[in-house]
Amino acid sequence: MRNYDEETLAVLLRTLPAAPEAWVKAAQEIPLARRGLDDIVERARADRAFREALIGDTETTLEEAGFDHDPALTEAVREHLSS
Amino acid sequence: MTETDAQLVARCRLGDDDAWRELVDRFSRYVYAIAVQAFRLSEADAEDVFQEVFARAYQNLPKLRDDAAIRPWLAQLTRRLCLDTIRAGAREQPGEIPEPVGVDDTIASLDEALYVHEALEALPSNCREILDRFFARDESYRNIGDALDLPAGTIASRISRCLVKLRAELEGRNTAPAESGG
Repeated sequence: MRNYDEETLAVLLRTLPAAPEAWVKAAQEIPLARRGLDDIVERARADRAFREALIGDTETTLEEAGFDHDPALTEAVREHLSS
Repeated sequence: MTETDAQLVARCRLGDDDAWRELVDRFSRYVYAIAVQAFRLSEADAEDVFQEVFARAYQNLPKLRDDAAIRPWLAQLTRRLCLDTIRAGAREQPGEIPEPVGVDDTIASLDEALYVHEALEALPSNCREILDRFFARDESYRNIGDALDLPAGTIASRISRCLVKLRAELEGRNTAPAESGG
């Protein structure tokens, strides 16, 4: 078993810096993207009425647009709208 | 008790979004480090590889034969995509483009670093935070003190105490870090 003295630990902890937060967030959103998040965000950018409807009532607007009830997707859309 | 890789992968297979977020969180540093340290990709290329690795991992997770083998599987996937990127960038040059020298050694070192990082996850949150900020995020004593509302003069001694706890945690584990292999 290796002797993990302070110096060795310091080197090993420095070896794994954090990946950029935006990259991590994008990768974490892959399941949501597959369920339509990217399309919704794109449409909200291009379609002002759709964007305003989403801001007013995200859940209902998504259901009216044909998306299944999905709390995680709804929350992610809200987060994108507020960023 | 930290969830094992196999348990986490099993939850991902069930379509648990939280599990997927945790999986990305657990391996993001590892994938990033392979791309920028072992293959020395530019940030732009590394970002493309990073996203592609996780996109393919998500797509192909149901095909993974051994849930506990997620780390070496991700390492192999990252290696292959890094090499594809290097080859695509050198299309005009004739002949096979080899892997950069020292990739195996670097990945072995990253495997060990990940092992230590996993042990870090078992420490109290104040230790995790302070060690991660100082060593992995390269923050100054002053920044850490400001962020954690601690006197900057106490940071060095806190780091030292937390390293002792980390060492004890590692010594309490009976397993050695597994290598991803070449």
